[in-house]
Amino acid sequence: MAILIDMPKLSDTMQEGVIAKWNVKVGDSVNPGDIIAEVETDKATMDVEVFDGGTILAILAEEGQAIPLGGKMAVIGKPGEDISALVGGDAPAAAPKAAAPSAPAPASAPAQAAAPASAPAPADGGRVLASPLAKSIAKDTGVDLSRVQGSGPNGRIVAADVRQAPTVPAAAPATAAPVAVPQAAAEDRDIRISQMRKTIAKRLAESKFTSPHFYETIDIDMKQAVSVREALNASGEVKISFNDLVVKAAAMALRKHPAVNSSWLGDTIREHGAVNVAVAVAIEDGLVTPVIRNTDLKGLAAISAETRDLAKRARDRKLAPEEWEGSTFTISNLGMYGIEEFTAIINPPNACILAVGAIRDVPVVEKGAVVPGKRMKVTLSSDHRVVDGAVAAQFLNTLRGYLEQPATMLL
Amino acid sequence: MAELQFREAIREALSEEMRRDETVFIMGEEVAEYDGAYKVTQGMLAEFGPKRVIDTPISELGFAGIGVGAAMNGLRPVVEFMTFNFALVGIDQILNNAAKIRYMSGGQVPMPMVFRGPNASAGQLGATHSVSFENLYAHYPGLKVICTSEPADAKGLLKSAIRDDNPVIFLESEQMYGLKGEVPEGEHLIPIGKGKVKREGKDVTLVAHGKMYHVAVKAAAELAKNGVECEIIDPRTIKPFDLPLVLESVRKTNRCVIVDEAHPFAGTSAEVGFLIQREAFDHLDAPVLRVTLPDTPAPFSRPLFDLWYPSAKQVIDAVNAVTYRN
Repeated sequence: MAILIDMPKLSDTMQEGVIAKWNVKVGDSVNPGDIIAEVETDKATMDVEVFDGGTILAILAEEGQAIPLGGKMAVIGKPGEDISALVGGDAPAAAPKAAAPSAPAPASAPAQAAAPASAPAPADGGRVLASPLAKSIAKDTGVDLSRVQGSGPNGRIVAADVRQAPTVPAAAPATAAPVAVPQAAAEDRDIRISQMRKTIAKRLAESKFTSPHFYETIDIDMKQAVSVREALNASGEVKISFNDLVVKAAAMALRKHPAVNSSWLGDTIREHGAVNVAVAVAIEDGLVTPVIRNTDLKGLAAISAETRDLAKRARDRKLAPEEWEGSTFTISNLGMYGIEEFTAIINPPNACILAVGAIRDVPVVEKGAVVPGKRMKVTLSSDHRVVDGAVAAQFLNTLRGYLEQPATMLL
Repeated sequence: MAELQFREAIREALSEEMRRDETVFIMGEEVAEYDGAYKVTQGMLAEFGPKRVIDTPISELGFAGIGVGAAMNGLRPVVEFMTFNFALVGIDQILNNAAKIRYMSGGQVPMPMVFRGPNASAGQLGATHSVSFENLYAHYPGLKVICTSEPADAKGLLKSAIRDDNPVIFLESEQMYGLKGEVPEGEHLIPIGKGKVKREGKDVTLVAHGKMYHVAVKAAAELAKNGVECEIIDPRTIKPFDLPLVLESVRKTNRCVIVDEAHPFAGTSAEVGFLIQREAFDHLDAPVLRVTLPDTPAPFSRPLFDLWYPSAKQVIDAVNAVTYRN
């Protein structure tokens, strides 16, 4: 009996997968455990293995095609078997033939944005239905209601629709052509949105728009941290980075402030028992946040080695899903680019993220004299549903204490 | 502050005012020897004697009229109706005499009196004993109408009602007499016509008085689990109505649901809804909705009663509709 291979759930957050590569073709025989395809998920490229043996009777998706979870990929069975029932069109996936002719993703995105402009929504004899509040907002912001799609009953335009609408003037004057069109230095380029880019767009937009962020910045004296790091590295056995020190200090501070090591779960707040610090790693076309588990229990050498390994494999796209899941706090460091300070968007389901800036050589006043100093600014973004201002401030003070006097981390 | 039952808060207001002003007296069926049908006046006969705590025959038209006459002659009567359903028998004295004499005498004859007693449904009591009257009394000029939801408000507003030189309808509930709450001791006065924001929220304004306030509180707690924050206003006084307080809230939330234990047509909810649309039109992102009794008398049958009586579920549905969360 033939078996349908459908798109497996290869990561916690994946909603669709793109066939990166088929390792088999129709007619090939496969054994249980064979890797038949590679699928690009929102996080990495993953292997798809089969659990049954047989002959590949059909391949239902082309390379490069996005298939929703549970969508049809291939059929395995005995040669000559009737598979029309399996290949039929009632499964969750759009049939590949139907999907192929539709425009590629980049082209459809602008088309969608333009749609409201060309399709005004009047339902009622040309009258635009809008709530009084929507009308007053539109008047204040210059939105043309005839170009807004209403989401309320009977297509009523409500305040939320107007707030999302572009405030561009209604119609570009058609007579504006005579001016010479400036020569573009390069042609416009539409870039296909990768799975990772889609996930970044979705998750970070969701985070920024649903969790109320607030930010607290603290300036840390890094003089002792600089000399401690030099002393440690002088041994030649380890190569500790400043980021490793920040990770270690943050993990220990999290243990002291469990409210910061928490998640908003809708009807409860969970204080995590483990301190699992994720480190944002920039990779080509995006970023990932691999997790150093039980960070507070690990020494600097272990944190350093693990971070280095995770970052390298992240750049090679070789991380396993469990390596980027389960974080309780995230650190993003742009100090190496000379960024003095910045604010980061919280990485759900964390309650906080720490944005780490560069260590600057600055004049500081000590005992009434101006002397050379080493300073580093860090900014904590917090989800106000979970963490209040004073709690965040207390955490930052503990963190500063550890970094200004690294020896206290030994206590 | 002491924790008192609703009935004790009313008794405290009555007793304090009677100690303060000897022209204040109370009369009604069973208020004296029996200590009150719902024990509101318990112990008051012993303290104030039979001249000031007066049992009446079952004759609402008669004793309501005696009250009006006493007020015209310089006393401050508090007339208790065993329920406001029975006040219908005496309603000519209330609507035509108490409400109009001050006006018709060009202000020469004051009418400092209070009609008080339980109002609206108290469970399966059938069609004739379950009527809400606040909109009826509020409809006719000349009466002030108060309907509170918590003991402290009841005390503060009853004291203000007794001191007011106009006739005041003070509505209570059999089902709330046992409700407990912190009540300030001694001189606790709440001005007539001032509502209160009892829960702050940004997403929708709920206006609810009397027992419906507690229905709104329950709905708001459920909605908060889904991230919808209701602002609850208890108007406390139906007439004069604290419109500025409601408008301020609606201008913030852009949505309003009125919860009213009365029928919809010409009800308090209809008037408040009208006023909101007139005064806050440009701030509304959805029509004002209301949860009321249906346009039928009270059924006796339990299953029908449960359908008839406004529920937290109906409030939640209305909030979901005005917030477009369907």
